[in-house]
Amino acid sequence: MTGGFTAAHLFYLVHSIWWTLVLSALAFVLGSIGGFGVMLARISPRRWLSRPAMVYIEAIQGIPLLILLFIVYFGLSVYGFQVPALVAAGLALMVYTSAYLGDIWRGCIDAMPKPQWEAAECLSLTRWQTLRLVIIPQALRLALPPTVGFLVQVIKMTSLASVIGFVELTRAGQIINNSIFQPFLVFGLVGVFYFVLCYPLSRWSQSMEKKLNVGNR
Amino acid sequence: MSAIVKLADVYKSFGSNQVLKGVSLDVAKGEMIAVIGASGSGKSTALRCIDRLETIDRGTIEVCGIRVDDPKVDLHQLRREVGIVFQSYNLFAHLTVEENIMLALRHVKKLGRDEARRVAMGVLDQVGLAQKADAYPEQLSGGQQQRVAIARSLAMSPKVMLFDEVTSALDPQLTGEVLRVMEDLAKDGMTMLLVTHEMAFAKRMADRIIYMHQGKVWEVGSGDMLDAPQTPELRTFLNNGL
Amino acid sequence: MTFSLDFSPLLPYWPVFLKGAWLTLKMTTVAVFFGVILGTLVAFAKRGKNRLLSRLCSIYIEAVRNTPFLVQIFLLYFGLASFGVRMPTFAAAALAMVINIGAYAAEIIRAGLESVPRGQIEAAECLGLSRWRIGWHVMLQPSIEKVYPALTSQFLLMMQASAIASQISAEELTATANTVQSDTFRSLETYIVVALLYLALSLLIKLIAWGVGEVAFKRRRVIRQAAERAGKPVPDQGRIDTVIPGGAA
Repeated sequence: MTGGFTAAHLFYLVHSIWWTLVLSALAFVLGSIGGFGVMLARISPRRWLSRPAMVYIEAIQGIPLLILLFIVYFGLSVYGFQVPALVAAGLALMVYTSAYLGDIWRGCIDAMPKPQWEAAECLSLTRWQTLRLVIIPQALRLALPPTVGFLVQVIKMTSLASVIGFVELTRAGQIINNSIFQPFLVFGLVGVFYFVLCYPLSRWSQSMEKKLNVGNR
Repeated sequence: MSAIVKLADVYKSFGSNQVLKGVSLDVAKGEMIAVIGASGSGKSTALRCIDRLETIDRGTIEVCGIRVDDPKVDLHQLRREVGIVFQSYNLFAHLTVEENIMLALRHVKKLGRDEARRVAMGVLDQVGLAQKADAYPEQLSGGQQQRVAIARSLAMSPKVMLFDEVTSALDPQLTGEVLRVMEDLAKDGMTMLLVTHEMAFAKRMADRIIYMHQGKVWEVGSGDMLDAPQTPELRTFLNNGL
Repeated sequence: MTFSLDFSPLLPYWPVFLKGAWLTLKMTTVAVFFGVILGTLVAFAKRGKNRLLSRLCSIYIEAVRNTPFLVQIFLLYFGLASFGVRMPTFAAAALAMVINIGAYAAEIIRAGLESVPRGQIEAAECLGLSRWRIGWHVMLQPSIEKVYPALTSQFLLMMQASAIASQISAEELTATANTVQSDTFRSLETYIVVALLYLALSLLIKLIAWGVGEVAFKRRRVIRQAAERAGKPVPDQGRIDTVIPGGAA
């Protein structure tokens, strides 16, 4: 009942997973660096930093990733940059990720109790020292579950790179389906592969969150 | 005078922990019984079993003629006869004081909105909180919340009311207002069973005091029992001021 | 090579853009409405006593949350077509969205239900309320208020996910953008305009959501106003701030 789905097709799908992972890693790592910067700007007492950061976050969070992807892709090409789809997708995902992670991490920093800041201040620590030595180490515990949860999002988001022609898992599935017309089988398989990538991370995030809640009681 | 609440030889364990080891007690109509004892003595568990918040392993419990230990017991009928007030009040946080009381009146007793409101204001008046009808629980003090909780149970016209350490979570200056309400209820003839640490109140108001120790009824007596305990365990308990 | 942004060729397309925005709004609202109902049912079913049903609900939720929306919509649209079921694209997109949002809403609502203190449920039982009444009055009502911010976020995320429906040629704002840019050859400008429209829609939704919240959740308003009048600090409204790592994508 496989109607034309061969081992070669399967291999092609599995091979494309590699590119899904590459794009995910690129987006997540670069997005984390960007996100850290966005977070710092957002919590800064300097208005000229925190305001633009807030606008940046609100703007990116208010538009679909697909539109952002098109803007980056077409934007780059009209300004004369012929970039491979991987770069365009990576750039768009990085911007998107930096906004969301920046917001998540800002939330974690905000959740740290005021007395922590006050105690550090009374010990003469500078704001940057307080952040580095007191606040961020504690916020890390709180930040881990939603960050891992967002990594799951990133992996799923790479599927949109297929729209601009990047051959990752979803595009590979489309290519195969266009030749053998077995959408249920092909996309079902694609779904299963994504599930295998994402589910362990989801569970890890959930179990971390449970441990966190028990600790907080 | 036949008893409204009858416990006979009740056994209850949680897992491997045997909490009740053969408890028997009777409460007659209009009586106020105070149950005292150290934590872990099983007093709260016994109370909860009466309203079937826990099921028992052995023995019988009868309330107003209803066999509570019967697996097929009609819970709705049972809970119409029994009112219970909890240590943590358990008011519905998203409803006003008045709505808290009206909820069961409208949906269990099937009263119309106006009649339910009338009954609700009546019991609120009884506990001295008529002016707080439109407030939300979080706007009230602990003592006020507990009085609302009492009013909520009282509105259902139960035949017997159970009080599970209702003043233990309150600041000392707030317990007085709650105890006063309970005193008024007793004077009106309500049958009451209280688990409490308020020794002075128990001594003054209770018809009988039951001291529980390690899952058994250890000593029973009137208020004088607290001045002259018969058993060493009760003596230790009273000396520790628990 | 210099390039300057030129929005003028887009001007005559304003009605087209607005229609696209309207379709996106319509699709999202329909999907969220049915999705939340589905999510509520699944949340209760998952907490219920029937183990098999609970298991099925978990499988449904995890399958949806761990696969991309694009793949889900392909599976639904092309998969059903391969079995001879041809749906109009709007319906297929909306259905895929309902299934997607149902899973996320189920988790959000379940978290809300679990946060209802056990004591309140006991008190309600002891007052003689039936299971249905307890479910609605004591559990669901306060839960909806608590998880309202998370549900609003989910609505917004879903609206952005609707852009993906353009990939099966459903009519909504992104599909409109694709058409306009191929007509005018001003691709960058088109997508910038559409991005701004999505932002405008987001703001509109947030405003409406805030308004609905004020009207529906009397308690928050009453307490906040009372605190302001008394000059006391406004108490934290006790929201569930958990960012359920969600969103369709």
